Amino acid sequence: MIDAAVLERHGLKPDEYDRIVTFMGREPNLTELGIFSVMWSEHCSYKSSRVHLRTLPTEGPQVLQGPGENAGAVDIGEGLAAVFKIESHNHPSFIEPYQGAATGVGGIIRDIFTMGARPIALLNSLRFGDLDAPGTRRLLEGVVAGIAGYGNSIGIPTVGGEIVFEPTYAGNPLVNVFCLGIAKASDIIKGVASGVGNAVYYVGAKTGRDGIHGATMASAEFDDKSAEKRPAVQVGDPFMEKLLLEACLEVMQTDALIGIQDMGAAGLTCSTTEMGSRGGAGVEIDVTLVPQRESGMTPYEIMLSESQERMLLVAKQGREAEVERIFEKWDLHASRIGHVTDDGMLRVKERGVVVAEIPNRALTDEAPVYRRPMSEPEYLREAQQLDLDTLGHSLQAGVRQDHNSTLLSLLGSPTIASKKWIYRQYDHMVRTNTINLPGLGAGVVRIKGTDRALAMSVDGNGRYCYLDPYRGAMLAVAEAARNVACSGARPLAATNCLNFGNPERPGIMWQFARAVEGIGAACRALDVPITGGNVSLYNETDGKAIYPTPTIGVVGLLERADRVVSRRFQESGDAIMLLGHGAGELGGSEYLKVMHDLVRGLPPALDLDAERALQALLVRLADERLMRSAHDCSDGGLAVTIAECAFESIGIGAEVSLEGVDVSRVVDVNIAAALFGESASRVVVSVVPAHVTAVLRHAAAANVPVRVIGQTGGSRLRLAVAGRIVIDQSVDDAERVWATAIDKHFAQRVA
Amino acid sequence: MKFGIVVFPGSNCDEDAFHAAKDVFGQDAEYLWHKDADLKGADVVILPGGFAHGDYLRTGAMARFSPIMAPVRAFAERGGPVLGICNGFQILLEAGLLPGAMLRNKGLKYRCEHIYLRVEQTDTPFSGAATVGQVLRIPIGHGEGNYFAPPDMLKQLEANRQVILRYTDPHGHVDDAWNPNGSVNAIAALCNGGRNVVGMMPHPERACEALLGGVDGCVIFDSIVRAFRSADSLALQR
Repeated sequence: MIDAAVLERHGLKPDEYDRIVTFMGREPNLTELGIFSVMWSEHCSYKSSRVHLRTLPTEGPQVLQGPGENAGAVDIGEGLAAVFKIESHNHPSFIEPYQGAATGVGGIIRDIFTMGARPIALLNSLRFGDLDAPGTRRLLEGVVAGIAGYGNSIGIPTVGGEIVFEPTYAGNPLVNVFCLGIAKASDIIKGVASGVGNAVYYVGAKTGRDGIHGATMASAEFDDKSAEKRPAVQVGDPFMEKLLLEACLEVMQTDALIGIQDMGAAGLTCSTTEMGSRGGAGVEIDVTLVPQRESGMTPYEIMLSESQERMLLVAKQGREAEVERIFEKWDLHASRIGHVTDDGMLRVKERGVVVAEIPNRALTDEAPVYRRPMSEPEYLREAQQLDLDTLGHSLQAGVRQDHNSTLLSLLGSPTIASKKWIYRQYDHMVRTNTINLPGLGAGVVRIKGTDRALAMSVDGNGRYCYLDPYRGAMLAVAEAARNVACSGARPLAATNCLNFGNPERPGIMWQFARAVEGIGAACRALDVPITGGNVSLYNETDGKAIYPTPTIGVVGLLERADRVVSRRFQESGDAIMLLGHGAGELGGSEYLKVMHDLVRGLPPALDLDAERALQALLVRLADERLMRSAHDCSDGGLAVTIAECAFESIGIGAEVSLEGVDVSRVVDVNIAAALFGESASRVVVSVVPAHVTAVLRHAAAANVPVRVIGQTGGSRLRLAVAGRIVIDQSVDDAERVWATAIDKHFAQRVA
Repeated sequence: MKFGIVVFPGSNCDEDAFHAAKDVFGQDAEYLWHKDADLKGADVVILPGGFAHGDYLRTGAMARFSPIMAPVRAFAERGGPVLGICNGFQILLEAGLLPGAMLRNKGLKYRCEHIYLRVEQTDTPFSGAATVGQVLRIPIGHGEGNYFAPPDMLKQLEANRQVILRYTDPHGHVDDAWNPNGSVNAIAALCNGGRNVVGMMPHPERACEALLGGVDGCVIFDSIVRAFRSADSLALQR
C-alpha cells in the first residue's frame, strides 16, 4: 500500500521511511504515515537547521523562557514578562495573499496568548518583488489587507515593521509576523500534558479539510503547479480567535489548567504530540469526538487538518466544569476528546478502535537530524568585487553626478519611501499604548500600570546577506538592536525568522550556516539572546532561491516611558551630531542598486564592540534627556537619514557639512559614498546647543566617535562635502517625493 | 459619576474607554457584558469600538439584538447620555437610536490616522466643554465610516443641528481632500433628536494623554464629566 509514489506525496525520503519502519517495528498505516510526514517535515522537525540553531546563545539573566515553548519570554521588571516571537507565512501568502497573511497573524497571536500573555503589539517584515513588476501590487495589497483584516479585527495594534522591494522576492514573497504580549512573570503557562487521566479538551473552530499538508507544502519549493495547492491554505476567522483569546486568558486566571497549546502547523497531530512529549506523558484521543465542519472526514484528515483558531488544553481533574463554563460564556464549546496517559504514546482512536499508535519520542526526538553538506556558493567571490575606480570612471564618462537628483531618486525608491500607504491600513493605536507611531523608528508601547515601555524592531537585509551571510546577519541583529536603542530602550533579547532557499543544495546550506554564526556572534556581543523563532526553508520558485534573509526582531525596555525618542527633529537651532564613524561604504547599498543597478561589493564592516558602546550611549543619552531625536543610518546612508529626520516634523530643514572626505580622486564616487554609503553603527541625533558639551563628554567616556556636523533650521536640506554644497533641496519637495512614492503606484485605482 | 462600558464579544476598544474614564478622568467605570440586561447604575453608557460580533455581515448588525441593548435603549429614551464610538456609532445606527447608515470608506481601505474635526454643536452631553468652531486632532481607525443619509433626512439633520463634528483640514475648513472616508456633508459625529445620544467615528479615548501624541479627545470626556458636575450642583441647590 505504501509505495514510492505515496512517500513522495508525503515528502518523505526512502531512507526516512526505513527509519520509521525500524522504529515502529512494523509498517505504519496510512494515518500513521501522514502523522510522521508532518512531524518530520522540515517545518516541524527543523531537521536541516537544528544542528546550527543549537549554536545560538539562548540564555541570560533576563530570559524567562528560551526556545522550545510556543514563544520566548523575558523579564521586564515589576513582576512582568514580555512574551514574543516571530514567524513566517511565506508559502501560503504567495498562493493566497489575503488568507495566507491573515492566518500568519492569527498563528503568531495564538503562540503568544497560549503562554498566558495578553498580546499587545504586532510587527511585520515583508519582502516583495519590484513594485513595478507584474503581480507585486496584487500580492502587496492582498498581504497588507490580510494583516489588517486580522489584526484590526482582533484589536492588536500593528505598531511597526519593514518592507523591502527586490526582484529576488518576485516569485516568493516573505511575510514574517512578530507578536508581543505581556504576562505576569510568575504566571507563564506551558504547552504540557501531564497527570494520568486528566481531560484533554479541544476548543475553537471546527475541523475541516483545509490546510491538510500545509506543513509539508511549506517544506517544498514552488513551481508552476503551486497555484493548485490553494486548498492547502487555511482561511482565518479573527472573531473566533478573539473569542478564544479572551476565553483562554480567562481560563488561565483560574489555575484549572495543566497546559495549553494552539493547533498551528500540523494541527491536532503536532499539539497532541508536543504536549505529551513536553510533559513526559502520552495523549489518547478519539477523532469521533473532534468537532467537524465537514462530513465523512477520515482520521487521517482530522489529524492533519490545519483549520485555524483551534486550541488543545489539558484541565485539572475536578476542575472541568469550571473550564467548560468559561468557554460557554464566550459562546465556545470545549469538547473533551481524550485524556492524558502515562505510556508516552500518541494514540488515536476512531469510535474506540485504535487507528494510529506512535511513541511521541519517534515523532519528536527521533525525527531525523541532518548535517547537510555545505559549500561556498560560486557567485560569491565575483559578487563581492566592487571597483570604485571603475565606477568613478563610468560616472565621469557620463554627466557629472547630480547628488540632488540622486537624493530624490533614493527617497522615491519604494524600499526607502514612506510606508504610510501601508501602515495606515493597520490599526496601530488600539489599546492606547502606542507612543512611537509607525514610521518614526522602533515601535514603542507603554505598559499600563507601570512607568515602563517596550520598544521593538524587526530588521533584515537580504542583499547584505547575499553578499556575505555572516556579516549580513550580524548587521541585521545590530540594526534591530540599534533601532530599539535609538528610541531610548535597552535591548533585552531577540527572536529570529530565517528565510532561506532549499537546504538540500550545499550553497544554500552554507548561507544558512554562516548566517546563523553571524546571528550568534552579534547576539552574544550585544547581549540579546535568542528566545525563539522560526525557520522557513525552500523559499525558491522554479529552482531560483531568494536572497538569504534572516529577519531579526529585538525587544528593549524603557524604564521610563516618557524618555522615548523618535527620529524627528524638534526645534530649529539644535546641533546635529553624528555618533559613530563616517566611513561611507557603498557595498550592497541602496545607492548602488537604484543608481547603478548593481548588487555587489561587501556589506559594511561591523565592529561589535563599537556597536555595543554606541547602543549603551544612546540609552544613556535618552535617559538623561540629552537628545531630542535619534535616527539610525541605514538604507540610503547619511543624506537619506538626515532628510527623514526632517520629514513629518514641523518643516525644519538642516545645514550639514561633512569633512574628511577624500576629494583628490574619483571625486563623485567619494562624495556619493559620504552621502549615501551605509556604514554601520552610525546614528544622527539632534541636541539642544546647551547639551552639546554633555553629549561630547558622554560619548568620549563611552569611547564612541562623535562630531557636530551641522544644525537644524530653515526650510531646506543643505549638505556640503569638503566645503562644497552638493545637496540643496527644499524639505517640502523632498518630503513630497518620499511621501507619495508608494501611493503613486496605486493612485490610478483609487480614482 | 459612573461610566458603563458595554462589552460585546468582539469589542476591542472597551479597555481603552475604561482606562480613559477611570485612570485619566478619575471616574467610576464598570464593564457591562452584552448578555446581561443590566446597566448596573451607570450614569453614562459608552458603546466602544471593535468588531462586536466579527461584523462579517454589516458592522453592528447583530449587536443590536444583544440583551444589553434593551436597557440601553430604555436609558436613551429616558434621556440618559449614550456615546457610541466607532463600532459603537455603527451599532447605534443599526439599532435605530441614530438615523442614517454606514458605507465602506471611499477607497475601500481601512484607515488609521490622526484627522482634524471641527466642533459644530456644543449643546450635547459630549461636546459641552468645547467651543463652536474649535478644531480637534483625534485619530480614526475604521473601514466603514462613510456616513450616509438620504437627502431629505440629511436636510432634517442639518436643520435640527444634529451634526456635532465634521471632518476638516487643519484650519477647520471642510475639504474633500481631508474627508478620510467620504462621509456625506463630512459628518464625523451626530446626535439624536433628544441630543443625549451621540455617535462618533473618531476615537477620543485614543487622544487623552500627551504620551500618546495628543490630548484633543479630552474635551469629549470633560464635557460629560462637567455635565454631571453641574447636574449634581443643581440637585444640591434644590
